[in-house]
Amino acid sequence: MQDDKKRYVIPGDVITTGPYRPDQNVTLDGNRIIATVIGISEISEDTVRVIPLTGMYIPKSSDLVIGKVVSHTSLSWEVDINSCYVGILPAADVFGRDFSAHADELSTKLAKGDLIAARIVNFDRTRDPLITIADRELGKIESGTLIKISPSKVPRLIGKRGSMIQTIEMATNAVITIGQNGLIVVSCEDSNGLLKAIKAIRMIEEQAHMANLTDKVKEMLESR
Amino acid sequence: MGGRESTLVLLDKNGIRCDGRKVTEPRRIMIKAGVLKNADGSAYIEFGDNKIIAGVFGPRDVHPKHMSNTDTGIIRCRYHMSPFSVTERKNPAPSRREIEISKVIKEALQPSLMLEKFPRTVVDVFIEVLQADGGSRCAAIDAASVALADAGIPMRDMVCACAAGKVADTIILDVNNEEDQAGQADMPVAYMPNLNKVTLLQLDGVLTRDEYKKCIETAIDGCKLVYQIQKKALTDKFFENGGDQ
Repeated sequence: MQDDKKRYVIPGDVITTGPYRPDQNVTLDGNRIIATVIGISEISEDTVRVIPLTGMYIPKSSDLVIGKVVSHTSLSWEVDINSCYVGILPAADVFGRDFSAHADELSTKLAKGDLIAARIVNFDRTRDPLITIADRELGKIESGTLIKISPSKVPRLIGKRGSMIQTIEMATNAVITIGQNGLIVVSCEDSNGLLKAIKAIRMIEEQAHMANLTDKVKEMLESR
Repeated sequence: MGGRESTLVLLDKNGIRCDGRKVTEPRRIMIKAGVLKNADGSAYIEFGDNKIIAGVFGPRDVHPKHMSNTDTGIIRCRYHMSPFSVTERKNPAPSRREIEISKVIKEALQPSLMLEKFPRTVVDVFIEVLQADGGSRCAAIDAASVALADAGIPMRDMVCACAAGKVADTIILDVNNEEDQAGQADMPVAYMPNLNKVTLLQLDGVLTRDEYKKCIETAIDGCKLVYQIQKKALTDKFFENGGDQ
């Protein structure tokens, strides 16, 4: 791990000097590229970035997230998306274009406490993130088990091109919805499969920094 | 300050201080990251006989709302000494001294944080002194900085702090309680080691120009020692096998 390309870094560590493009979680100081979070630094072609090992979820356009409805006004719902900002779900998104604030009551569709799978439409620093549930795989979540992991470990759970999550899904027959914000819904008809899937997810969370995790998870899933 | 009369020998003729240290030797420092489950980030430090816990929350919604800033995030800091941290019971209500130390710690940490990435939010830093023994503000900054990194808040650099001072006309590193009470000067310094920038500089006492120069150099050397220990604390938590527990 400690080769030239990938290194463990803490804030302030100089990753490299030279003509590289700073990407995520790094900052420029003169010609030095400095890590700003604890994580693993990566130099690929001309860009330098740090994959964080800790930290809160920061909304990004087109991310799939799982959120909990906290309240609503007459025009929109507020959704807790496990971030420092609340997600705004406009009523027109659910009721369609002929939504009228007098005629339609928002709580008939989504009540406080409901879980939804949503996609982030738009987020910039001036406003709270706008989310949507108007898509096939999005909308209210009716059943399943909710698990919360650290958002920084979500990429590891998904694996390279979804390899890790596919392994788990295939071995346990579970359907797993992963929100980029660290919330995960697992549903499985077989209770053993459900427990196994949850165990696998917890295992990935605990050992996210270890190498060849996919093999270990496979081994765990195949046992018993 | 200014060399109060005392029977205590602060520096003997062999250059050994009242607690047996050499002139440029810091006290024993131990830092552990991630000691609290409910905080987003936390750290525990033992700096000589100082025992301090720091907990960090955030970035999160600002309450009261009027404190929030639409251009940038803000940092709030509370330094608090528990009633049993000193020999005589301390009233737990925030004293004038604690309010001031909260402010200087906030200002020492602020330059390292990239709060402009999180407008309308706050980062809360809570520092609880369990046992105090001189130089607690430096130890508090060291712990808070590790806690902030543990919370994953983007930082330009770590902040490490250490004091230097003057007793018996000699510049010393890491002033302890006795040396603080009876010594001639005490200078806490907070420093960002990779950016080579000072974020806190206080001086209680009188120094000549040359002494001042030597004192700040000594303090910065101390900061660099602390930095290695901070680094180790974070490495131990995140990169050792078994890691994040």
